Amino acid sequence: MNDLLPLIVAKYNYWMYVILMMIGLYAMIAKNNLVKKVVGMNIFQTAIILFYVSIGYKTDASIPIIKSSDTAHGMVVRAADYINPLTSCLMLTAIVVSVATFGFAMALIVRIYRRYQTLEEDELRMRLSE
Amino acid sequence: METVFSIKPLLAVLVTLFAVPVIISSSGRPNVRESWIFVAGIIKFLIVCSMLPDILEGKQISLTLFEIAPGASLAFRVDGLGMLFALVASSLYIITSVYSIGYMRGLDEHGQTRFVSFFAVALSATIGVAFSANLLTLYLFYEILSLATYPLVTHHQDEISKISGRKYLVFILGTSIALVLPAMIYCYHVTGTLEFSPAGIFTGQLPKPAATVLLLMFVFGFAKAGIMPFHSWLPAAMVAPTPVSALLHAVAVVKVGVFSIVRVMTGIFGIRLLSDYNLGIMVMIIASVTILVGSCIALSQDELKRRLAFSTISQLSYIVFGVALLSPQGLLGGVIHIVMHAFGKITLFFCAGAIYVATGKKYISQMGGLGKKMPLTFAAFFIGSLGVIGLPPSGGFYSKWNLIIGTLEAQQTVFMIVLLISSFLNAFYFLPIVYRGFFGKSGEEEVNRPVKIEEANLRMVIPLIITAIISVVLFFYPTVFINLIKVGLGI
Amino acid sequence: MDNYPVLIVVAPLITALLAGLFVWIEERLSYPIVLAGLAVSVFSAINVLIQVLASGSIQYKMGGWPPPIGIEYRIDLLNAMVLCLVSGVAFLNLIASCRSVKQEISDRAGSYYTIYNLFVTGLLGVTATGDLFNLYVLIEITSLTSYAQVAMGDRDRGPLASLNYIFIGVIGASFYLLGVGYLYIQTGSLNMADVAAIIKDAPASSTVLTAFILCILGIWIKMALFPMHVWLPNAYSYSPVVFSRVVAPLMTKVMVYVMIRLMITVFGYDYVFKTLHLADAVVWLATIAVLAGGIMALAQKNLKKMLAYIIVCEIGYMVGGAWLGNRLGMTGAILHILNDALMTFALFLGVGNIIYKIRNVDLTDLKGLFGKMPWTMGGFVLAALSIIGVPPTCGFFSKWYLLLGALEKGAYHFAAALIISSLICAVLFFKVFEICFFEPALHGLENPHSHGAIEEAPVSMLIISGLVSLSLIAAGFYSGTIVNRIIIPFLG
Repeated sequence: MNDLLPLIVAKYNYWMYVILMMIGLYAMIAKNNLVKKVVGMNIFQTAIILFYVSIGYKTDASIPIIKSSDTAHGMVVRAADYINPLTSCLMLTAIVVSVATFGFAMALIVRIYRRYQTLEEDELRMRLSE
Repeated sequence: METVFSIKPLLAVLVTLFAVPVIISSSGRPNVRESWIFVAGIIKFLIVCSMLPDILEGKQISLTLFEIAPGASLAFRVDGLGMLFALVASSLYIITSVYSIGYMRGLDEHGQTRFVSFFAVALSATIGVAFSANLLTLYLFYEILSLATYPLVTHHQDEISKISGRKYLVFILGTSIALVLPAMIYCYHVTGTLEFSPAGIFTGQLPKPAATVLLLMFVFGFAKAGIMPFHSWLPAAMVAPTPVSALLHAVAVVKVGVFSIVRVMTGIFGIRLLSDYNLGIMVMIIASVTILVGSCIALSQDELKRRLAFSTISQLSYIVFGVALLSPQGLLGGVIHIVMHAFGKITLFFCAGAIYVATGKKYISQMGGLGKKMPLTFAAFFIGSLGVIGLPPSGGFYSKWNLIIGTLEAQQTVFMIVLLISSFLNAFYFLPIVYRGFFGKSGEEEVNRPVKIEEANLRMVIPLIITAIISVVLFFYPTVFINLIKVGLGI
Repeated sequence: MDNYPVLIVVAPLITALLAGLFVWIEERLSYPIVLAGLAVSVFSAINVLIQVLASGSIQYKMGGWPPPIGIEYRIDLLNAMVLCLVSGVAFLNLIASCRSVKQEISDRAGSYYTIYNLFVTGLLGVTATGDLFNLYVLIEITSLTSYAQVAMGDRDRGPLASLNYIFIGVIGASFYLLGVGYLYIQTGSLNMADVAAIIKDAPASSTVLTAFILCILGIWIKMALFPMHVWLPNAYSYSPVVFSRVVAPLMTKVMVYVMIRLMITVFGYDYVFKTLHLADAVVWLATIAVLAGGIMALAQKNLKKMLAYIIVCEIGYMVGGAWLGNRLGMTGAILHILNDALMTFALFLGVGNIIYKIRNVDLTDLKGLFGKMPWTMGGFVLAALSIIGVPPTCGFFSKWYLLLGALEKGAYHFAAALIISSLICAVLFFKVFEICFFEPALHGLENPHSHGAIEEAPVSMLIISGLVSLSLIAAGFYSGTIVNRIIIPFLG
């Protein structure tokens, strides 16, 4: 137990993402209202995005933008000074995907609401089985 | 054994298959359609006959089409055994075509084009089975046959056809998928090949328990052979029009079943392996049960076609019985019974159909005195039943004789008694029909009316006379077939 | 030409956007544009296959950037075969569906074609790519466009089915993404070949294990492996005919391809089967999937739902075959990708023809169809026989390999499940055939025995369905060639 606690404390951000993911999953599965489910989906995807961004982090590093002044005077750029940009770029794509899915899901919800006047899943299920 | 490469086996299979589009396109003109069937049937028979001289000399004709996996290919090989079966099937096809035209037109049946097309496909599949070089090809054509005969069995499209069709599929397709397929794959898994070889394909890889189970899976899996308890489809399939019953269930479908069992026992397992493991006795017991029980049930049937069906079930097991004797005479008797039974039984079915078309009667109890009105039919029936009972001067005597000698040769005298009892039972359920027909009294007609001869139409009567005559001829000249067997099985 | 690999993916992409543009200008041109794009794609795919057969794998670097920095498309024998399959099926489907689209989605046909081509782009990209994250992006393109297409189907139930599909699909894709993240942590690379080389040298670590489990789990959700299949029946039944015809054969099979790619190329045979001890459990899971799919199919009263459950059963075959861990099983699984795609396509083509004429495919609506639509039913019968596994159709031959593989591994439960499911499929299809054959037709036939009015589907649809059904037999006969030329060299 003694060496578990520092382990948890050191990687506290990753534990947060896990908790966020679980919240998202819980919402998607257990909530009845469609909008809440979609929000849960968004939280779930956000957790993964944050996870990726955390991967790229290095201690005492700054954002990965190289100014021309840094390379002046023949100074070498050291990779350890900048966080890994790759993961953040990957997540740009993932954010786009997440937004697109979210928007599409919302459009579907509007459609469903117009048709059935309710967004509660159990009511919808009852209506559909008629 | 010298091997000749020729495309003839493939042609023989394909002739009737190619006839199908032609038949469909001439569906509006019945006479043209019927003539195409003839042409196809005669061409097929001629191709089959053209391969006869080579086979009798001891050569084999072979053709490999596609290789699926090493040791498992789609290939044809014509040897004595296959040639025998193909001769029977293709010759009877021509005769049955004449008969079925008479029958269908006599009853003005619907869907004749569909009937004829699937009939042709079924024949292609039968010849395919006859000429298969390995178990995979045999399985392929076996399945095609099952599927092609389903629309024929259920031709009338009424409720009882549906139920019978269902039974047909369950017993035939179900057993082949559940039993034959795993057994075949297991054989391939153990030996890496499926080719029919003179001494079998197993070279010591198969322990006795596995061999027993495998053999049982094959024997029961080829449910077309009508071995009990997977025999119920046969009487159920009698709802089909009589030409279907005649050709398919007396000649093609059921003979494919026993042929497959014979091939598996001689070509996959091999006589040596079976006798080493003493598996012959097991198969003989199974066959004997079917022989006796089938005959007994036949006695109790009043509907003529059902009695013939149970008789077929019983007779088929003679063939399996003969092979299971594992002795040369036994093999000879069993295999030649394929020929004799085919001609005899088809005569009987033709007669049953002729009676139905001419008088509408299906039950034996109604057929008193009918022999006076339909003497040719009943005479042919008499000859056909001689063939099945096994009395001279019909060819069936020859096969029964060899079977009995075979039991003595294999020192299984107990089983000889089985044969004798069943022959006796055969006489018991066939001869009364003939007797009643000629000497019995019919129920309805007045005694004083002169008896008019009202045979069925010529197209039905001529075929049954022909097959009855052939049945007798075979008694005197069975040599062709005997030689084919001797060459094919090396005895 | 060197650019064939990328042309396969880019042609549908560009034509999709063009078609979208043309919706405003001249809507009738959308269809030809999209068709042309797919034609180019098919042509390129065939060329790539020929090239790979002749000279080995192709590596195409996007933008000239070498891997592992750049994204590359790596086409070997497996890809090439699947690429031809996907582009071919999509192309044929588009030809056959021209009228269905007019019937079902008449108001937005132009936009539909745009989304259709984007969907095909996604599938083709998933197959061609050699980069793990690129794979995720393309999976998401595929998924998003499929969500949209499902929603365009049944007016009442489509949107909700689509929404449920979104939820599960997102979970699946996100698991995969998470898995890729773990792989990146461990290896620092996203290129498949590179990652494979690094993992092989590294000792087995829990990161790689987590990555593997998450990736595979995500892909399993996407391919509808039991018990994560719940989205599939509703999504496929309530979508428009043109979409169900292309998604049923392709999407789940491409996901099976991804699983096999991950197993063989990225993680490697040794890791998956020697280091992990999951294979037996997965084969059991596959066995259950096979049986469950078959049994649930028996309970269905609607033809489309029944076929959807059969897909679940078939996926079980492929997963089980791949996880048997021997060459025969993997051969069977890969061959089944090809065969199942063709069989399912043929089946759904038949169903599409029926829907075009009769609008609804509850089993009771199918009465007397053999008389009314003989050619369609002929094609349907061939496809059904292939699913049951009757030679000489192709379905028999993949079952052959799967059974052999199961026997060799000693996985008798899987072999038994294969046989039982063949019997269940036989029962299922013959139940349908009985209804089609025996019952008199409902619509306008007085005498069931007459050659009543044959109301067949239009010729364009018939030709395609006939072609595909005949290809089932051709694929069966040529299984030996396919296995010898493509699969065995791929497995090495």
